[in-house]
Amino acid sequence: MTTAAPGAVGPLASPRPALEVTDLDVYYGRGRGRRQALSGVSLSVAPGETVGLIGETGSGKSTLARTVLGLVRAGAGSVRVAGEDVTGHGGRRWRALRRRGVVQYVFQDPLRSLDPDLTIEDSLTEPLLIQGTGRAEASARARALLDRVRLSEDLLERLPGELSGGQRQRVAVARALITGPELIILDEPVSALDSANRVQILEILKELRAGGVALLLISHDLGSVAGTADRVAVLYRGELVETGTARQVVGDPQHPYTRLLVGSAPTLRGASADRAEREALRALLHT
Amino acid sequence: MTTLSPNAAPERSPRTAPGPTDTPEDPPVLAVHDVRISDGVTDREIVHGVSFTLTPGKAVGIVGESGSGKTLTCRAVLGILPPHFEVTAGSVEITGTDITTLTPAQWTALRGTTISAVFQDPASYLNPSVKVGAQIAEVLRVKKGLKRREARHRAVALLRAVHLRDPELVYGQYPYELSGGMLQRVLIAAAVAAEPRALIADEATTALDVTVQAEILDLLAELREESGLALVVVSHDLAVVAQLCDEVLVMRQGEVVEHGPTHAVLHDPRHAYTRLLVAEHEQYGPDKFLDPEEAS
Repeated sequence: MTTAAPGAVGPLASPRPALEVTDLDVYYGRGRGRRQALSGVSLSVAPGETVGLIGETGSGKSTLARTVLGLVRAGAGSVRVAGEDVTGHGGRRWRALRRRGVVQYVFQDPLRSLDPDLTIEDSLTEPLLIQGTGRAEASARARALLDRVRLSEDLLERLPGELSGGQRQRVAVARALITGPELIILDEPVSALDSANRVQILEILKELRAGGVALLLISHDLGSVAGTADRVAVLYRGELVETGTARQVVGDPQHPYTRLLVGSAPTLRGASADRAEREALRALLHT
Repeated sequence: MTTLSPNAAPERSPRTAPGPTDTPEDPPVLAVHDVRISDGVTDREIVHGVSFTLTPGKAVGIVGESGSGKTLTCRAVLGILPPHFEVTAGSVEITGTDITTLTPAQWTALRGTTISAVFQDPASYLNPSVKVGAQIAEVLRVKKGLKRREARHRAVALLRAVHLRDPELVYGQYPYELSGGMLQRVLIAAAVAAEPRALIADEATTALDVTVQAEILDLLAELREESGLALVVVSHDLAVVAQLCDEVLVMRQGEVVEHGPTHAVLHDPRHAYTRLLVAEHEQYGPDKFLDPEEAS
């Protein structure tokens, strides 16, 4: 069902990354109004790897996701998805790629990725039916995936509006999985959820990693990503300022912005950096 | 203290004094005693008894998810419950006065000068077509009786006190010209303009980026230290509350499931829900990568 080879596929064992972004520049607008949103961004995600992309509002994290999905054009550099260079792809080739379901996307608000008028079963099976899979097989896969995201089959006949936010987000994850993607981009997947549902989604994401799917987990909040991601990349004002394992980035941040980010994340021990330290870092970043 | 409730709240164990400001002689700024809130339409009780005491300079946190009743509790304290919600039992006293005895005029006199509040979405509490400085100056003229020029002067000083980088410039700006973090600073400046003794911050940092959230939390801590402002910090995030508060209430479905000094709640959570909140942070948060030596 998934494209993963039998047995665990570790990052080192993989022949090619599921996502490879190289020296990416992205601009919005043209002429005098042209603004650079991303500058020289290089990032790769291996099969079975989870990379957390952290950045604040306006840092360019959503622009990066949109460029990978072919919704925004690269100004320079390249984007390879599942080994295929998609940088110069036009609409037709992108539509073909999306139909194959090689890369999937999960939004913060599942109501945006689920059609409110389709039952859960129809939402889940639609990508497969478009690919030409028979209804019975599509339906069987939908059931199997609901089980994987720990939802009952009873929900198949319901509409998204009849589900809780946490249930809807799990359906959105199941829908992203149904085409057996190599890469799933999740943009703030747990930000709108309460504690119990966050834990459940994060558990499911951990299991997916074992299945060989590459995950790009985008968030403004280091706290909701640090425990899940193998590697963390910090985006600040359109540039990747730091990349490393979660342990390196959180435990020993190098760039002043990363230090401020880590020092700002509320933890159960109180703030990890004291106020004076944060104040000094802010002053440093604003000069 | 007049008790309206038939039985005294079971757990109002005295807390260890967190600092020199919390002397036993200080009368509480806010005393909430077994407050119950019902929806008058469905006749259902939504909040099933909340009690806490806020002495000058103290910070109490309320943690819970949406629908837990934490915001309704705040609104009851401020006398601004939504239509057909009412306090059906218990009492709220602000500096010793039972709020049920307050007339609308007394309420107006009390709000801003004794108790004040900031909420999640700062933009919706500002008039979009009036410059932000003028809106703070208005608070000063109405609440403190300042003349126009004095009010302006003081408003600029307040904008500087909440660490807005160019207070003179911000004074003349409209809300749409400011970021979410800047607007929340403006709201805090307006909320503390009339020097209240207690500030309720209800999800005041929820919509902000983490680094901006830290700036606002630092500002609240500073106001508390410098002016003895007492805080009620309401958040869905246990860590936000832990950072600022001496005492925590954990609410779930209208019930206080845990209540105690912050360190006790964090290190020895009794209720399954509190344990879930703590476990989430330990498993998925950045906590596990931080040097344990840093823990005090």
